[in-house]
Amino acid sequence: MKKLFTSREALLCLLILAMLLSVGSVAKDFLSLSNLLSAYNDTSILIILALGQMLVIITRCIDLSVAANLALTGMVVAMLNSSYPDFPVPLLMLFGMLLGLTMGMINGLLVWKLEIPAIVVTLGTMSIYRGIIFLLSEGAWVNVHEMSEAFMHIPRSLHLGVALLSWLSIMVVGIFYYFCRYSRSGREIYAAGNSPTAAFYTGIDVGRSQFIAFSISGLLAGLCGYLWVSRYAVAYVDVAAGFELQVISACVIGGISIMGGRGTVTGCVLGAVFIGVINNSLPVIGVSPFWQMAISGAVIVLAVIASSKAEKKSGRIILKSAAIVPSR
Amino acid sequence: MPQVAPFYSLRGISKAFPGVKALDKVQLDLYPGEVMALIGENGAGKSTLVKTMTGIYQPDSGELCLQGQTVSLATPDAARSLGITAIHQETVLFDELSVTENIFTGHYLTHGPFKTLDWKEMRRQAMQILSDIEAPIDPDMLLRHLSIGQRHMVAIARALSFDAKVVILDEPTAALSIHETQELYKIVNKLKASGCAIMFISHKFDEVFAIADRYTVFRDGCFVGQGKIDQIDEAQLVTMMVGRTVDQVYPKQKLPLGDVILKAQNFSHPTEFNDINFELRSGEILGFYGLVGAGRTELMQAIYGVSENINGTLELQGQPLSIRSPADAIKAGIVYVPEERQSQGVVLDLPIYQNIGLPQLNQINKNGLLNQRSEYALADTYARRLLVKAPDWHEHVGNLSGGNQQKVVIAKWLATKPKVIILDEPTKGIDISSKAAVHSFMSELVEQGLAVIMISSELPEVMGMSDRIIVMSEGLQVAQWHRADFNAEKIVSAASGGLNEKTIH
Repeated sequence: MKKLFTSREALLCLLILAMLLSVGSVAKDFLSLSNLLSAYNDTSILIILALGQMLVIITRCIDLSVAANLALTGMVVAMLNSSYPDFPVPLLMLFGMLLGLTMGMINGLLVWKLEIPAIVVTLGTMSIYRGIIFLLSEGAWVNVHEMSEAFMHIPRSLHLGVALLSWLSIMVVGIFYYFCRYSRSGREIYAAGNSPTAAFYTGIDVGRSQFIAFSISGLLAGLCGYLWVSRYAVAYVDVAAGFELQVISACVIGGISIMGGRGTVTGCVLGAVFIGVINNSLPVIGVSPFWQMAISGAVIVLAVIASSKAEKKSGRIILKSAAIVPSR
Repeated sequence: MPQVAPFYSLRGISKAFPGVKALDKVQLDLYPGEVMALIGENGAGKSTLVKTMTGIYQPDSGELCLQGQTVSLATPDAARSLGITAIHQETVLFDELSVTENIFTGHYLTHGPFKTLDWKEMRRQAMQILSDIEAPIDPDMLLRHLSIGQRHMVAIARALSFDAKVVILDEPTAALSIHETQELYKIVNKLKASGCAIMFISHKFDEVFAIADRYTVFRDGCFVGQGKIDQIDEAQLVTMMVGRTVDQVYPKQKLPLGDVILKAQNFSHPTEFNDINFELRSGEILGFYGLVGAGRTELMQAIYGVSENINGTLELQGQPLSIRSPADAIKAGIVYVPEERQSQGVVLDLPIYQNIGLPQLNQINKNGLLNQRSEYALADTYARRLLVKAPDWHEHVGNLSGGNQQKVVIAKWLATKPKVIILDEPTKGIDISSKAAVHSFMSELVEQGLAVIMISSELPEVMGMSDRIIVMSEGLQVAQWHRADFNAEKIVSAASGGLNEKTIH
């Protein structure tokens, strides 16, 4: 069987535990169940977006437009809700996901059919999506008093003591685990990113795999658009500005290779949780937000150094003594 | 005698790339239950043909017929669904995926309404196929942990995992030891017995005669002839292949050897090679022969400072040498002409003169300003010496033929006035006249007191040009002969692991 944790993931787990315990030793309430649950709830959106981003990065692309996509869908659902408060919120969520999916598909099509580098495409659509928010809202905010009670309440509703937002992220993790391991499209995404040439030779359309990854990333950004606006109870042009960088950081810390083809759901979730723990624990022990940024930045650099060192050291395996022959 | 109808036929297939006509109205027939050997020199168009037959390239004209029906293969997938499968020369596999996944990527087995991938069944079948071909490989292993021979067996297992009717093997034995080659023959015979039409591409005539029923010969992208293998002999095949009788003359001169220039002792790498010891004298051409993936390139790259984790010592003219990067090697007077010419040898988007000046911009630009005139003059000297064919030296290297690109690479390194020049497969994929130019130039170099190391997988070239041959097999130095003792059979057997296995058992 495949190992549940690669050594890097085990290390990340230990780091997270060490951080929790050391902060917990200073601030007593930090390790209480309710605080941990609320910290996880805080990290849920990051986890969902990081999983979408993971697929994109595995296909050797990058999606810089996730936060702009999130902000645009968030604004649209908030405006719809304030104009038509009786429109059912679950349908509104579905609508947001479709809107996000459309934006993701636009990214994917540009990468697939016009073969434009993903970084250029999403740099462009990032600005376009943000621009559209301004055009729609004319710079105005949608505030909490303009949102319906259901709109505000649903992600906060408790099921078995856990908020729906957290449950949603757990569901997404489960679906991703299945998708990456047991679906054809999921495995093809790994193959396409690991070796585009070999993928082409085996009959996989690499561009189509990239399109699927972008579409999923967009769909999840659309879902998070509603979740974000509801959680922070406000929608405006600069919602989640720069959040795409935290999402990409979560992937890199979680061991998703920026060169494509390598990365696991477990690693990605741990990467997101790691950032979540930093964001939630440093304020508790009185570290300023600027230090928080510097610390997560340093961790990213260290993570990249660790993985590039590991890759450099191994050569080709030619010597018989270096090859592993299984005993039967 | 009733004529059996061919199973898969190509009629008048042409394929051109910018500047090259790779295939010119070629034809080919594969018969069920028979092995057809496709024979031709490097650059004869064999690999292009394989890609055309498997839907990777689309022919510009001509038709493909499967059981008498014209088919068009828009994608590799289309070819596979018709039962056409190939093991390509450069094994195209996925490093980060497991063995089972490599075997089943593109045609996964699924179960249930959601088409859930059935890993249990895929793993079971993978183990079955691997044990059928007697390859003791763990199906859960990631491919990057496997050796080159093992990877090749995975590629073969992959081809066998299809319900294949046409199996194309493009130089399948290039990286296999004697034992593995024997296993492959068994597999080929099994496939034959089950009625598959098989195409076998190989440089080695003993293999062709051992396994093939028919042959087809290509030369420079054209069809030359075909027939039954028992109605032809090796000399006739060679004549068809090169278009002339082959007493190819190598411009080898008998020179007195000078002092030892380079000396390697206990040179080792954790996974690539171990305990390499040799001396190289001025005026000497030292040939390194071995199978593809025997560790020769890796050894040279280590000497050139590309690899890390090297143990052992290097001495240059008696002085211990510490080389940590190619820049150190160049400074010491060791240069390396890589096998991957286009990616490692030249900058395709730069003009010839800038490519030649690249390693010594410091010398050219002494006062810190680019002196284009002296750069051009330097390039002019060396490009002329190597007879590079181009309108002028402003031409981009990307627009030159393979042979002329190779001359630019060699010119670039000669301009640095090296003591040792390492040539890695210097004539791979270049035309015959450029080959001859490279060979005579090698002779010229050693005459001037340089020392040359040449890696080559072409036995006639190694035997024709070298003063001494070192044979490597699976990362080890297994044999060494001086020119007087060269013996083709012994060299090949050593390279294929023959000596290796004898000494071990």
